Amino acid sequence: MGRGHLEKRILSNRLEPNEYIKNFCDLHSPLDQHEALVEAERCLFCYDAPCQTACPAEIDVALFIREIATNNTLGAARTIFDQNIFGGMCARVCPVEILCEQACVRQASEGKPVKIGQLQRFATDLAMNEDKQFYRSQSPSGKKIAIIGAGPAGISCAHRLSMLGHEVEIFDAKQKSGGLNEYGLAAYKSVNDFAQKEINYILKIGNIKIHHNKALGQDFTLKELENNYDAIFLGLGLGDVNNLNIKNENAKGVEDAIDFIARLRQEHDKSKIAIGQDIVVIGGGMSAIDAAIQAKLLGAKNVTICYRRGKEQMGASEYEQQLATSKGIVIKHWLSPKKIKTKHGKLTGIKFNYTKLKNGKLINIDQSITLKAAQIFKAIGQNLISENIDSLQLKSKRILVDENMRTSNKKIFAGGDCIYGGDDLTVSASANGRDAAIAINKQLMEEAK
Amino acid sequence: MADLRNKFAGIKSPNPFWLASAPPTDKAYNVERAFKAGWGGVMWKTLGEDGPPVVNVNGPRYGAIFGGDRRLIGLNNIELITDRPLQLNLQEIKQVKKNWPDRAVVVSLMVPCEEDAWKTILPVVEATGADGIELNFGCPHGMSERGMGAAVGQVPEYIEMVTRWCKANTNMPVVVKLTPNITDIRYPARAAHNGGADAVSLINTINSITSVNLDIFAPEPSIDGKGTHGGYCGAAVKPIALNMVAEIARDAQTKNMPISGIGGIGNWRDAAEFMALGAGNVQVCTAAMIYGFKIVEEMISGLSNWMDEKGYKNIDEFVGKAVPNVTDWQFLNLNHITKARINQDLCISCGRCYIACEDTSHQAIMATKNGLRHFEVMEDECVGCNLCVNTCPIENCIEMVVLKAGEIDERTGEKVSSEYANWTMHKNNPSTGE
Repeated sequence: MGRGHLEKRILSNRLEPNEYIKNFCDLHSPLDQHEALVEAERCLFCYDAPCQTACPAEIDVALFIREIATNNTLGAARTIFDQNIFGGMCARVCPVEILCEQACVRQASEGKPVKIGQLQRFATDLAMNEDKQFYRSQSPSGKKIAIIGAGPAGISCAHRLSMLGHEVEIFDAKQKSGGLNEYGLAAYKSVNDFAQKEINYILKIGNIKIHHNKALGQDFTLKELENNYDAIFLGLGLGDVNNLNIKNENAKGVEDAIDFIARLRQEHDKSKIAIGQDIVVIGGGMSAIDAAIQAKLLGAKNVTICYRRGKEQMGASEYEQQLATSKGIVIKHWLSPKKIKTKHGKLTGIKFNYTKLKNGKLINIDQSITLKAAQIFKAIGQNLISENIDSLQLKSKRILVDENMRTSNKKIFAGGDCIYGGDDLTVSASANGRDAAIAINKQLMEEAK
Repeated sequence: MADLRNKFAGIKSPNPFWLASAPPTDKAYNVERAFKAGWGGVMWKTLGEDGPPVVNVNGPRYGAIFGGDRRLIGLNNIELITDRPLQLNLQEIKQVKKNWPDRAVVVSLMVPCEEDAWKTILPVVEATGADGIELNFGCPHGMSERGMGAAVGQVPEYIEMVTRWCKANTNMPVVVKLTPNITDIRYPARAAHNGGADAVSLINTINSITSVNLDIFAPEPSIDGKGTHGGYCGAAVKPIALNMVAEIARDAQTKNMPISGIGGIGNWRDAAEFMALGAGNVQVCTAAMIYGFKIVEEMISGLSNWMDEKGYKNIDEFVGKAVPNVTDWQFLNLNHITKARINQDLCISCGRCYIACEDTSHQAIMATKNGLRHFEVMEDECVGCNLCVNTCPIENCIEMVVLKAGEIDERTGEKVSSEYANWTMHKNNPSTGE
């Protein structure tokens, strides 16, 4: 135990240095060759495999696992990358328990699916460690495409466009590429600067130029891009966060969970991140879990996730919930934030109303609970910043796209979290980018005829 | 509790599980451990004639093929007969037999194809108190090039001749071990019988190359970049061995000759199958070499429990019980009609039955029903081939259902007949001659 073990206030260095290293190491240690072979041999090589159907990127899982089983691991990596150039990150962060591994027939037969995610990591790690480049740009088409956002959607789109012979320029508001791969996600899911390494690996295909610190609306407009490029892809993500709209929301110690997560990701020395003894996280999705677990790993004593609905409605998967509770986090349901409490301007706690469903509608009931809190992390959803793309048709505050990822403007495509119907998965963003690139290519080729 | 006591070719042992002549029976140390573990008998690793001991290679002696999870399913070896001095082996055999009087100790022998060589070795073996001899006419590598082992076993006249020499020069029971590296096992078996053999044992190992090293382009196991064929054994050879045992058991000339079954026996069930096809006992090697001698405990308890369950009081009650049911293809009942049926409660929807049938067989399984993933046999297309059962990863999920007499076979539209009718009676058979 570190010196700050029982300190109530927010402070850094709560733990011993080695505890930080232990707490923030890889969540799952990678499979070694033997483990990978044993696991690969469990795959039944299903017909029209359900795991592939369940994968948003439709990776040919059965094939890549058979390739691993036959000592053709680089072949397996190629099978993965053909569908998802972010196969490496997705192997680490995909909620496989609700995607491929849930669909695995071994789940049906034995309640123990093939470790598809781990096998995917095994194959992609090898290819990346050997810097095996599978793709080359086709001969130049003379077309130039602008992409806004260097997250998984944007980079995946850029990679596929480069494969197809187009020149790509990416504009990103942040200092580094990667989007949520770099600034989101719990640190223990992407250790050793993996996000940057992966992007460097992907960008080796060439013909992709990235402009950092260039924000839409501030540094350029959509109209300008339209005039200067043959097509545009928007991988904007969700730049805005929801507010609780309750008293003292701006008190010191109240922070958006995604900012907390980003701070953690950007800090190499986790002991420098200050944390309080009592932490409340508001929300029910993956960001809530990521923030809560990491608060605990930083040495917080009491971490409570409060969600306004029940367990079944939580966006975080069952596995993620269990991961949180296994770290000693308490998850409370049916609690709606009512008032943030401060004393002499200092955050002391938060009062919740209990809620219930009445005729399908969530209502507050006349009972409350107050939890002590030195810090509160809000993980109650994010929103699209739409002011600079107001020429595009939106639906439910997201960009509307057709089956080819095309927006209401024929020249503009979009994918990832910013589109209507998008989920918050890296794998979906990557698949969207890939599909948009294919559609853009098709459109440009047809126009050229 | 079933009585597992075994009497084979006049040799008694507490159970029918013997260790085959091979590395596990090369010396007293191993054999003592085997007897402590519970094995009923051993075939002592093959002795050669007196003189400078045999020389083995000093590189790898074994090659293997694996199933899932590196489960060894086939092993090959290029080891020769014992490379220890004859006298040492004889001393140890004598001592072990003295220490374990209730166990069977049979000595495997391989000497040149000259009567004097046999006349010389037989009395010294008999003097050890050993229960019998097994003539190694099967070893496919190393010794066969010197005119011994399989070189004898592949020539029925030699088998008969050497067997006769042995019978003439010893009182010990003579078991002739047969090589499978021939076209029809009945010929060497008949030769052994004609030579007066008390029993045959089979199969010895099969000529094989288990794999090829693709870096150095040499067969495995490779010795300094070269490889040679070795003797193949283990679970993978069991079907070949079962067939050969059955052929001898149902041959008019050899059907009463005791058979010691060898070839891929790894558990009680394998043993029971060999015995059902006529083997009076069994010999095990590869399974012990992979898992150690302890496996015999499972074999004893498994066989005993199965016998209790089926009501067999002793081994003789079921030995050979399946032999009458081994027949030729032409006598199979063509009016016996089966259809595959998938148990939807057990089906895990892997779809392997579908793709196997669709790609390679009879297009008799559907993959979707009402737009959903669903695997079901279409009986109007199913020929009852059983491929789906074999590719299915779940035990008993797909069953072969026998159509009853009077039911309609949806594939042919014809009523199932209760009559037995085989190919010899079929109208399409040109030799039926209506």
